[in-house]
Amino acid sequence: MSRKDETGILVLPVGERDHVQGPADAPVTLVEYGDLECPYCRQAYPIVKEVQSRVGSRLRFAFRHFPLTEIHRHAQHAAEVAEAAAAQGAFWQMHGRLFERQFALEDDNLIEYARDLGLDADRVAGELAARTYKARVREDFMSGVRSGVNGTPTFFINGVRHDQSWAADSLTAAIERAITKPAESSSA
Amino acid sequence: MIDTETRMTSGPLSPGTRAPDFTLHSGPDRTVSLRDLRGRPVILAFYPADWSPVCGDQMALYNEILPEFKRYGAEVLGVSVDGAWCHKAFADHRQLHFLLLADFEPKGAVARRYGVYRDGEGITERALFVIDGGGVIRWSYVSPIDVNPGADGILRALDELEPGGAAR
Repeated sequence: MSRKDETGILVLPVGERDHVQGPADAPVTLVEYGDLECPYCRQAYPIVKEVQSRVGSRLRFAFRHFPLTEIHRHAQHAAEVAEAAAAQGAFWQMHGRLFERQFALEDDNLIEYARDLGLDADRVAGELAARTYKARVREDFMSGVRSGVNGTPTFFINGVRHDQSWAADSLTAAIERAITKPAESSSA
Repeated sequence: MIDTETRMTSGPLSPGTRAPDFTLHSGPDRTVSLRDLRGRPVILAFYPADWSPVCGDQMALYNEILPEFKRYGAEVLGVSVDGAWCHKAFADHRQLHFLLLADFEPKGAVARRYGVYRDGEGITERALFVIDGGGVIRWSYVSPIDVNPGADGILRALDELEPGGAAR
């Protein structure tokens, strides 16, 4: 009936489709479902960087989109522009830029950031207008819904939703636990 | 008065149980009865209180996922012990597109009948029930009070309803 393991399990494993930092064979994979207009995700952005530097090559990190469009009216376009940047090999640069400039996410701003990053801004603008990456962002979102994403940001450590604090110390500690007890998630 | 023992042992109504009918205010001058929704699945989402932080808010999440619930013809009803005016302010502020019910007077009476009232604290558990079109509970889940359970369990439960259960 009410088993705890019924909810909060990542249903879409990290794979070719994902934007990833860190080695593919790292013992721990951290997945963040985030919204580029969410203030908590902006707070989490430097924290994830900190955790990455602490854990080093033992960590693989993937970011997936979970735009809460009812409360963040720029979040969907921001996510699509991050994907447009990815098509030009610059997902992480755009991801960082959008969090750093979260206070200015109008369409014009998004195109300006593409130009700043040395991308083909006309192509980005065209793809945004054509909604080229709408389905891709939706796919991320639905994979999150089906995995029990419960707000933004939501983190998964080796496929299990992290329900504790995502402050750097607790996130690092949870990751270290997953490294030392790799079977924990599957035997839970 | 603080009777954690009762709370621990009663537990939420189980799958297979007929969902107790109720009539609650969905607004200052409107009510909803469960029996009026017969014929389509109902998601009853008990939650402790209005006004939790927005990006992690359970009701805001369901608002976002509403189109998915609609694909199953399902009706989502949020339920807490907050009053109708509080719900109205909360729903307006968050632009919620589904109903919030006030289990306000007698306080928590519906939550008690579903086995998800927290005696002594005066709030409901964070509990989910998926009720089929015939009015039978098909899935129930109680989340730790501070953990938003998300929607994965709800969608799996809706997947498992046989087509007849959701017949119009």
